[in-house]
Order: sequence, then C-alpha cells, then structure tokens
Amino acid sequence: MIEINELTKRYGATTAVSDLTFTVEPGTVTGFLGPNGAGKSTTMRMILGLDEPTSGSVTVNGRPPRAHTAPLHEAGGMLDPRSVLPSRSAYHHLLALAQTTGIRRARVDEVIDAVGLRSVANRPAGKFSLGMAQRLGIAAALLGDPATVVLDEPVNGLDVEGIRWMRGLLTELAAQGKTVFVSSHLMSEIAQTATHLIVIGQGRLIADTSVADFIASAAPSSVRVRSSDPSGLAVQLRSPDVTVSRADDGALLVTGLPAERIGAIAAASGIAVAELATVETSLEDAFVDLTNDAVEYRAPAFEKEN
Amino acid sequence: MSTLKVTQTRVMKAEWTKLRTQPGALWSLLSAVILVIAFGILYSLLREARPPHGAAAAASFDPTAVSLSGVQLAQIATGVLGVLLITSEYATGLIRTTLAAVPRRLPVLWGKASVLVASVAALSVPAAIAVFLGGQTILGRQHLSVSLGDPGVTRAVLGSALYLAVAGLLGLGLGGLLRSTAGGIAALFGLLFAVPILVGFLPGSLSDTIGKYLPGAAGQAVTTVHVDAATSLSPWTGFAVFCAYAVVLLGLGAARMRRGDA
Repeated sequence: MIEINELTKRYGATTAVSDLTFTVEPGTVTGFLGPNGAGKSTTMRMILGLDEPTSGSVTVNGRPPRAHTAPLHEAGGMLDPRSVLPSRSAYHHLLALAQTTGIRRARVDEVIDAVGLRSVANRPAGKFSLGMAQRLGIAAALLGDPATVVLDEPVNGLDVEGIRWMRGLLTELAAQGKTVFVSSHLMSEIAQTATHLIVIGQGRLIADTSVADFIASAAPSSVRVRSSDPSGLAVQLRSPDVTVSRADDGALLVTGLPAERIGAIAAASGIAVAELATVETSLEDAFVDLTNDAVEYRAPAFEKEN
Repeated sequence: MSTLKVTQTRVMKAEWTKLRTQPGALWSLLSAVILVIAFGILYSLLREARPPHGAAAAASFDPTAVSLSGVQLAQIATGVLGVLLITSEYATGLIRTTLAAVPRRLPVLWGKASVLVASVAALSVPAAIAVFLGGQTILGRQHLSVSLGDPGVTRAVLGSALYLAVAGLLGLGLGGLLRSTAGGIAALFGLLFAVPILVGFLPGSLSDTIGKYLPGAAGQAVTTVHVDAATSLSPWTGFAVFCAYAVVLLGLGAARMRRGDA
C-alpha cells in the first residue's frame, strides 16, 4: 500500500509535483498516467525514498520509505533500466543488490529465471538491448519479494512478446496481493492491465478512478448520422442532455443518445437515414482530452503564482 | 539464512562484490601495484648506475625512499580508484538502485571505504615490501642498502602502504562530494599536486610552515625514514594530519549523501 498525502516537490523554481494526495491499494494493478514531464518519475523517486518531499508525506506499507529495515522486501522499484554499471554482469549486479539485505543467492537465480535472462546472466549488462535491460530492472525490483512494486514505464522498449509477458506478470503480482504501481505516458498500454488509474498533469492530480469510469467520464462515445435532412433531424434530436454538431461532410455527430434512439426519432420524423454508426472514444483520446482540460484549467493559477 | 535486514556487514559484502566485478576498479588496483614495483625497481637501477658522489650526497642518500619512489605515482591510481568507486554509480544512475536498497545511505559510503582500504592495503603492503627488498638488493651492489631492521625503515615501508590506502579515501570523499568523475579526479590532483606548487611560491619560511601541513607532505612523513623537522611533521603526526583530511572530506561527502535527493 502506498499512501501519498499533500505531496509537493520543488527543484529550485520548478514545481515538479504539487499537492498530490492518493492511495495505491494492494491486490490491484494501478496505472500512473500522465504526459511526459507530468511528475510521474519524481513521485516514484519519492516513493522509493530517493528524493525528499518539499512538503507532504509518502508512506509505503505504513512507514516512510527510508524507515524500512529491509527496503527491498517492502518496495521493489525500477526507475531507469539503464542504471547499471555497463561492464558488470547482470548476475553480479543482482547479487550485490541482494547481499545488502541478506537475500540468498538462490533467490538471485530465481529472479533471473523468472524474467528470462538465464542465457545472458553472465554478460555485461551494458551490452543488453533495452528490452533485456527492462527485464533486468524488473528482476532487481522483484529480488526481495516486495509487498509493493513500483515500475516506471516498464513496457518501454519491450517487443510484443515482452509486453504480453509484462502484462501477465503485473496481473500475477496483483493476484498475489501485492501493491502494483506502474507508470506510463500511453493510456493504451496501461488500460489493458490496470484496473485503477491515477492520472496527473503538470504535477497535479487529475483523476483517481477506475479504468472503466475514467474512459466513460473523459469523453462519451458519439453517434454519426448521415441523413436526407440534417437540419430537421438536429431539431428533432434537441434536448438538454444531447449535443449535436455537424461534421465536414454534412453528417451529424450526436452525443447523449444511443444509435437506436436516433434511428427511431429519424423514422418517426420521416427522415431517411443513410448512415448510423457509433464512434467509440479511443483510450488515447480520452486521456488527451482529460490532460488538455487540466492544463487549461490550471493555466491561470500558474500565472498567479509567477 | 537469517532474516532480511540491511546491516553494515552485508553492505560491505555487497560493496566487495561490486569492486571485484568493476573492471575499472581492478585496473586501478593493478596500476597501483605495477607503479609501486616497476618505478621503484627502475629508480633503484638508476641510482645503482649513478651512486651519490661525495660525502654530503652519500649522507643524505635515502635508499628506502629510492626503492619506494613508485608510491608517488601509485597514489594517483589509488586516489582515482576512490573517486571511481562512487562517481561510477552517479554517472550511470546505479546510485539510485543502491540507495533504494540501503535507504539510510551512509552504510554504502562506509562499505565503499572499507573495501577500498582493505583491497589497497592487501595489495600495497606486499608490493611495498617486495619493492623495498628488490630495491635494496640492487642498491646493495653499490653498498648503499639498508635493511628492514634499521631504525624507521619498517615504519616507512608499511607507512607507504597506509599512505596509498588513505589517498584512496581522499578520492572517495572528493567523489562523494562532487559526484563527478572528472571533477573528483581534478580536485584530487589539485589537492595533491597543484596546492603544494602554489604554496611553494610563498616566501621561504611561510612556505615551509604551511607546506608541511598539506595533505601530500603530511602523509609522506610516515613514508620517510629520516624526516627534516624544518620542512616535515613527525611521521605519525603527519599521518594523523593526512587522515584528518580524509575524514573531513568523507564527512562532507557523507553529509551530502545523507540529506536531500539521491
């Protein structure tokens, strides 16, 4: 469990994270979403006890991250998969990490097998492809069998097979009851694995919601109607909950009514319908809409601060 | 296996694993040994070929110093080793992985200091003894040699190994403070070589008074059989001053490491 309370981090004049409050629950995969530069990595560094909050607090499994006596057993993290000494082998990289906490050698071999790096374990980690480096980073995060797993952009650089493997792994870790917190700047990557979402933009919390609610709330799906009398149909469809706009080719884009209702209204009004199709909002669109809105809403506040 | 917990001993073990699997560190150690032995033997051969002329020169001739002359060069290698042990982690970002595992942080610095001193001492004690014995065998052909039993000689030989170990700690402290390999090595050179040159420009008596408290000169008192009280501290006082520099730099490095962002 990760509890973040009124967390703020400033670097000089730059505010990276501003007044964040949220909780990451055990037993689920929680996605941490935001555009590049939103403050995701900064937040994760504070969760792992690497950066000191300017104000506010972070606790992991109930304690401040730097108060743990066996930190690798509490929170396993991967921030940057290239954070290895290039000439040191993957095995020795993991062994040195394990030795700090008294983790046995057999466990090092276990995690190497678990991430599929057995055949390259004795090769210098600097020679690894990005995908292999990601797997080594995951191995390091899992070394202490931690209750909380924090991964920054873990599917970055993975091939299709690797992405599938990662999704399976994250789901399995959550099923074991672990707290799994995974960042991404791509909604589509996260939506297929995560059940809960924390969305931030410009260091501020935008949404703390389930994946399903997030998609539903961000931008409802619309219905595209091409008809013999667009203006007439628009009048017939008018109601407080319905918005109608006109596409370039003369079709109407209707939100707030399902396609069946629109078809029925058109039939009742004697308007011939040539095309009637539901346009699903893509996950990416939903994400971009929400973060754009947030940026617009925040802009005046930033001007005031400066 | 006992329970999972970070302890200083475990961090030391981890740092030892890192040192022995870091080629750059191993090369620095090997360079130090080669410099001590090769330069000492070469200079002994040179002085065998050109022995001191006249009574005054013969009286001031220091056979121990001749055979240990490679220590002057080897201090660069052990100092750079100290810098590298910590700045290589900052350069690659590995320090974040390391400090996430050891969030109290300082055990990492003490672990690095321990394996640094242990590995430098373990190699430079035998190297210093070997080059002393080899050098004296060469100089003995001109009847210029001394033995380990002569006053101050064993202290100077073992002191040379201690000097190299503490030079490594100076590097570690500077590396921890500056977090940059280039910066750390430059500062090390400045401290050991540039500052003495600058102090040498001061008027004679002032230069002597200040000069003997500089890290290099203070530390080398323990490596010298016959110290000149006018220009040098006594052997163990000098070594204590040298250690004090290392303690201060490590303390500053520790303060920077413990607080704030990794």
